[in-house]
Amino acid sequence: MSLSSSDIERIASLARLDLSAGESERMLTQINGFFGLVERMRAVDTAGIEPLAHPVAAVQDVTLRLAEDRVTEPDNREANQKSAPAVEAGLFLVPKVIE
Amino acid sequence: MTSGDIQKTQLHQLGVAQLAKALAGRQVSAVEAAQHFLARVKSHPELGAFVALDEEATLAQARAADAQIAAGTAGALAGVPIAHKDIFVTTDFPTTAGSRILAGYQSPFDATVVRKLAEAGVVTLGKLSCDEFAMGSANENVAVPAVGHDQAVPVRNPWDAERIPGGSSGGSAAAVAARLAPAATGTDTGGSIRQPASFCGITGIKPTYGRASRYGMVAFASSLDQAGPMARSAEDCALLLSAMCGPDPDRDSTSLDRPAEDYSRALNDSLDGLRIGVPKEFLGDGVAPGVRAAVESALAEYEKLGARRVVVSLPRTELSIPVYYILAAAEASSNLSRFDGVKFGHRARQYTDLADMYRKTREEGFGDEVKRRIMIGTYVLSHGYYDAYYLQAQKVRRMIADDFQDAFKDCDLIAGPAAPTVAWKIGEHGDDPVADYLADIFTLPGSLAGLPGMSLPAGFDGNMPVGLQLIGNYFGEAKLLNAAHRFQQATDWHTRTPEGF
Repeated sequence: MSLSSSDIERIASLARLDLSAGESERMLTQINGFFGLVERMRAVDTAGIEPLAHPVAAVQDVTLRLAEDRVTEPDNREANQKSAPAVEAGLFLVPKVIE
Repeated sequence: MTSGDIQKTQLHQLGVAQLAKALAGRQVSAVEAAQHFLARVKSHPELGAFVALDEEATLAQARAADAQIAAGTAGALAGVPIAHKDIFVTTDFPTTAGSRILAGYQSPFDATVVRKLAEAGVVTLGKLSCDEFAMGSANENVAVPAVGHDQAVPVRNPWDAERIPGGSSGGSAAAVAARLAPAATGTDTGGSIRQPASFCGITGIKPTYGRASRYGMVAFASSLDQAGPMARSAEDCALLLSAMCGPDPDRDSTSLDRPAEDYSRALNDSLDGLRIGVPKEFLGDGVAPGVRAAVESALAEYEKLGARRVVVSLPRTELSIPVYYILAAAEASSNLSRFDGVKFGHRARQYTDLADMYRKTREEGFGDEVKRRIMIGTYVLSHGYYDAYYLQAQKVRRMIADDFQDAFKDCDLIAGPAAPTVAWKIGEHGDDPVADYLADIFTLPGSLAGLPGMSLPAGFDGNMPVGLQLIGNYFGEAKLLNAAHRFQQATDWHTRTPEGF
C-alpha cells in the first residue's frame, strides 16, 4: 500500500508538524520508499506470538517497577525552568488558550 | 611505552587502564592529563567531533580528582579524561542531542551513567557530536555547530576525511580513533556504538538492554536505547562498562535488578573450546569482499586461539530492518512529543495560537530525519494501523529474539561483520534514507533482541577499518570482552592509528 498526500497531511497534523509543501512531497516519496520494506514484515504469520516490549522478557519475567506514590524530590523549580523559553513567577508561559 | 615511563607529551597514546595507573601512581596529574587532551581536541577542529568544551569545568573536575588521589579516596578511574556523547545530559556542559530544538539547553541533573562515571573519578573533556536524537548511521544528521565551526558540520572519519565516521555515536568514535580522548560514551539503539566503532577502527560495546540506566539519556527508542563505552581496547571498555552499569531503581523503570559486576574478571580466560556461531545470513552476497576477507581472517585467528567455528542461522535477519524502523519510529514519535516549545529549548518566534506554536516550533526545531521518523511513528501508532504495524513488529521482534536463543543452543558467542561495508563517503547516500537503513542490517537483530554486542577492529578493506561484531547471550558481557581481549592480545589491529593523529 502507498500513502497519499492527504495521508501525509493528516499524519503531520497528528504529529504537530507544520510541513512545507516541498517537504510534504519529499516526505511522501521517502516514507513510501520505507513502507516498501515493510510489506514483508506484514506478511509474516504471527498467530499465537506475544508482542515483545522489554527484550529481556524473551528469557525471563520482567516486571516494570512502580515508584511509591510519595513526594521524594526537593524543590528544584529554578533549575528545572532555567531552559524554558518563557517563565513568569515560577510558571511556564504559553499563548492564551481561554479568552 | 609503559606507564612506568610516562612521556607527558604522548599521553594520548595511553589507554584508559594505562592512564588510570599512571594517575594513581602520581606520574601524571589529572590536571596535566586534562590539559593535554584539551589541547589535542583544540588542535583538531577539522574532525567536527566535539560540540561543547568548557575548559574551566573540565579543569575543576580534574583538580577535584587530583585532590581525591592525594587524599587516597579516589575511584578506580580517578582523573581519566573521557568525553560524553551529547545524548547524555550533564550539568557542567550544555546538552543538545544534536538538535536545534535543544540549542542552549542546560540540564538541571546529570545522567546516571555520567554520575556513575564521575563517581569512579573520570573527568569530562566535553560533549561529542552525534546524529540528531541519535537518529542516523553516518553522523550527517547533526544540526548543531561543532567546536571551531560556526555551523553544523558532519563529523569526519580520521582514517579518511572524505568519509563518514558512522553513527549515531560518530563524534565518540572519531574522537577516540584520533586520540582526542582515550575513551568516550556512546549509545546504541540499532547499532550506534558498534557501527561507528567498526568504521573508525576502535572497540565499543553495548550491554544487555536494561543493564545501564537510561536516566538522563535523551530518549529516542526507549525499548532499545542502551549506553556503552567506546575505547581502543576491550580491556579499557571492560573498566568503563563496570563503572557504567547496575540497577537504577528510582530513576529507570526498565533497568534490571541485577547488581553491578566486574567485567574485567574474565578478560584472560582461555578461549579453548569456545563455540563461535557464524550466522550464514551475515556473510551473504551483500557483504563487501574486503569486509568478508577481514572477518574470515579474524575467525581463523579465533580458531588458532582454540575456539571452534559453527554455522548458525538467524533466518529473520532481513526482517529486522522493517521491524526496527517501525518500533524505533513509534517510540521516537512518542518520546519526542515532549518537545513543544514550552518547557525547554527552542520556541518559534511567530505563531497564532498554542497549536500553531507547537507546529511551528517542531517544524523549525527538528531536522529532516527526525521529522521522517516522527511521521512514520505517528502513522504506525494511529487508529486503525496500530495492530498491522506496531503490534505486528513487536511480535516479529519476539520471533527474532527466539531465533537467537535457538542459535545459542549451538554456540557461546555469535560473530560476523558489524556492517556490510566500510565507511562510505560523506553525501554518498544522498537523499535516500532507506540506503542508510539497509546498512544497519547486522546490528539491528541483536538490538531488537536486547543482547550485548560489540565491535572490535579486525583488519582493513583498503585504507578503511573493518569491525568484527561479537554478540553474546543476555548478561554475557564478560565473555564478550574476554573473547575480544584475547583477540587483541594476539593481533594489533586495535593499536593502528590513522595518519596524522
